[in-house]
Amino acid sequence: MAKIKLTKVPFKGTKEQAAELDAILAELVDVPGGLMPALQKAQKIYGYLPIEVQTRIADAFGVSVEEVFGISTFYSLFTLNPKGKNEVSVCLGTACYVKGAGDLVDGLVDKLGIKAGETTADGEFSLVETRCVGCCGLAPVVTINGDVYGKLVPEQLDEILAKYK
Amino acid sequence: MSKMINLKINGQNISVKEGTTVLEAARQAGIRIPTLCYLKDINKLGACRVCVVEVKGARSLVASCVYPVSEGMEVITNSPRVLESRKKTIELLLSDHDKKCLSCVRSGNCELQTLSTELGCDASNFEGEKNEYPLDESTPYLVRDNNKCIMCRRCVAACKEYQSIAVIGANARGFRTHVGSEFSKPLMEVACVGCGQCINVCPTGALRERDEIDEVYAAINDPSKVVIVGTAPSVRVGLGEEFGNPIGTNVEGKMVAALKKLGFDWVFDVNVTADLTILEEGTEFIGRVLNGGKLPMITSCSPGWIKYIEHYYPDYLAHLSSCKSPQQMFGAVCKTYFAEKMGLDPKNIVVVSIMPCTAKKFEKTRPYQNAAGEGIQDIDYALTSRELARFIKRQGIMFNELKDEAFDAPMGIASGAGLIFGATGGVMEAALRTVYEVLEEKELKDLDFKAVRGTKGIKEAVIPVHVKGNLVNVKVAAVSGLANAKVIMEKIKKGEADYHFIEVMACPGGCVNGGGQPIQPADVRNNVEVRKVRASMLYKTDKNMKLRKSHESPVVKELYDTYFVKPGSEKAHHILHTKYVARGK
Repeated sequence: MAKIKLTKVPFKGTKEQAAELDAILAELVDVPGGLMPALQKAQKIYGYLPIEVQTRIADAFGVSVEEVFGISTFYSLFTLNPKGKNEVSVCLGTACYVKGAGDLVDGLVDKLGIKAGETTADGEFSLVETRCVGCCGLAPVVTINGDVYGKLVPEQLDEILAKYK
Repeated sequence: MSKMINLKINGQNISVKEGTTVLEAARQAGIRIPTLCYLKDINKLGACRVCVVEVKGARSLVASCVYPVSEGMEVITNSPRVLESRKKTIELLLSDHDKKCLSCVRSGNCELQTLSTELGCDASNFEGEKNEYPLDESTPYLVRDNNKCIMCRRCVAACKEYQSIAVIGANARGFRTHVGSEFSKPLMEVACVGCGQCINVCPTGALRERDEIDEVYAAINDPSKVVIVGTAPSVRVGLGEEFGNPIGTNVEGKMVAALKKLGFDWVFDVNVTADLTILEEGTEFIGRVLNGGKLPMITSCSPGWIKYIEHYYPDYLAHLSSCKSPQQMFGAVCKTYFAEKMGLDPKNIVVVSIMPCTAKKFEKTRPYQNAAGEGIQDIDYALTSRELARFIKRQGIMFNELKDEAFDAPMGIASGAGLIFGATGGVMEAALRTVYEVLEEKELKDLDFKAVRGTKGIKEAVIPVHVKGNLVNVKVAAVSGLANAKVIMEKIKKGEADYHFIEVMACPGGCVNGGGQPIQPADVRNNVEVRKVRASMLYKTDKNMKLRKSHESPVVKELYDTYFVKPGSEKAHHILHTKYVARGK
């Protein structure tokens, strides 16, 4: 199934963010091809491209939301999902993978209730799969907000996640 | 005069205008190059690679739909290399297609199927990963099955270019690319108007109307129900195409005969309530002019247009005529006037309309469309011209061999004015024929308002008419295609529109080109102006009719004399008028 991943995290934009976006849109609406940089800058402001922001951009450019959505789902640098407060990354590099990183992913999917690339509904955790993080001696490796946890087995995950709750 | 370019196609010398594409040049030379994604005027992507040809000196094959001719060019459209490439292209498309032709509504009229057999494709040559999509059955008018979609984007182009709506587009990327709406919402949750133009351009069965044949057949077989059917003006000049007749053949007599054979208890003409619409709408218009009502007044016959203005211009609903559409008036009259006349309980009447339209399936479910009482819809089922053709075929009726029959009384006689409702400008012309005579209190000699005829998207005319002794230049416009309606609405928004009366039809060319009409493949659409041919038959038929003004119709007179009293009466308002809903985007 080719389903596009959509966030369930409610939009929490601030007035400051909205003002920043409006300023950018005012600058770009009349620039030919301005839609792409507008999306890039909006993502910088919000960290992702929620429906509220894409709708605002579509209205400013006088195009349909679908036309914006077509672009935001085409380019992989755009994300429709906010990053969680805590970013859990599982290394799927060769060494980690043969040492059982797959089981760690399964364990995290199970415990967090989200798939890789998603964020929990409370916005606390997001889960990503990464390539080699460069400490193969510790394989398999999970990093949370840059903290490295090596030589892991799934049984240890609860204890580690608890530190971030 | 533009420069002429000389080139050679398949060894044949030809001279064409500069800027012509290889595809068009070949066509002029009598050579057909197959296409799939290409659609004249709206979709020139060069994406599907079916129209590739060999050009001498070019390294690779080129897409002829976007490749312009040049002096001395030599083209081969049917070399082994070209044919092999086309074949592989189609086989690759088929590798991610559900191939359920045996139960597909478009089988026999599918451009993918035609090309596959024509090119001798092996439908299972490439077996690999397949996308699986759930059906979108959220709307009462349309079903989208992306498992049959080949990503030609013709529907996307129709939605954006014809209608300026763009609620569908290509989402995601690469192998996962699929047609969908913003944030993957079902169609019912976005500002889709239901016009069905996307269905008409779809080469496969990925888009189709929501079929109601079984429900209608069940009603016919239910002895406790009286089943009434009525046909819209345009159906009679479209339906014949489904049975192999030339485009625009008027098959009214055979259509009526077929409907009687299908077992409907009463076979009526919706042109009758088109006439009735003119009396109601004309009276409303005169009232607005005399009493300083909201102008310009805009027609309300086209349900795609109504949904459009409700979504996109919700602050301007007061401009709409409050008249129900002819379809809805038809159902309302059947379940009130006719029910009373025949001593029938409206609850036991099933009214089926045959429409060139998919939006009519939505319209019948609207609120304020239940003249006979709460819970009694004016219209129960709205079949498209295509569904009627399928129903006729399913029942083993030999359509072309039928003898012509006439509509049943009392709603069987209508004017030429009612008939031309099917073409863009037709409602305006019909209204003018009546409004002119009412205001001038004298006979209108020349009934043909040619300025509002033709397939141009926006047509304007000024008709000098005396209103209470003062000469008023009544400024009218007839608009078709929502991209053009948008132009007019923006004018109104800016206060730049000084029209009195505007007719808007959602589909380009009006109902003759409605989203429920027989589907002509791109090969035909790219070379014949289908809507023009169908419309010209309506005008030709009108020209030869004795009864050409709505207010002279004996049926309309009878309706007012015995039931509605006069146009715009309280009873007429209760039964024949409606309200609108501000939807927003």
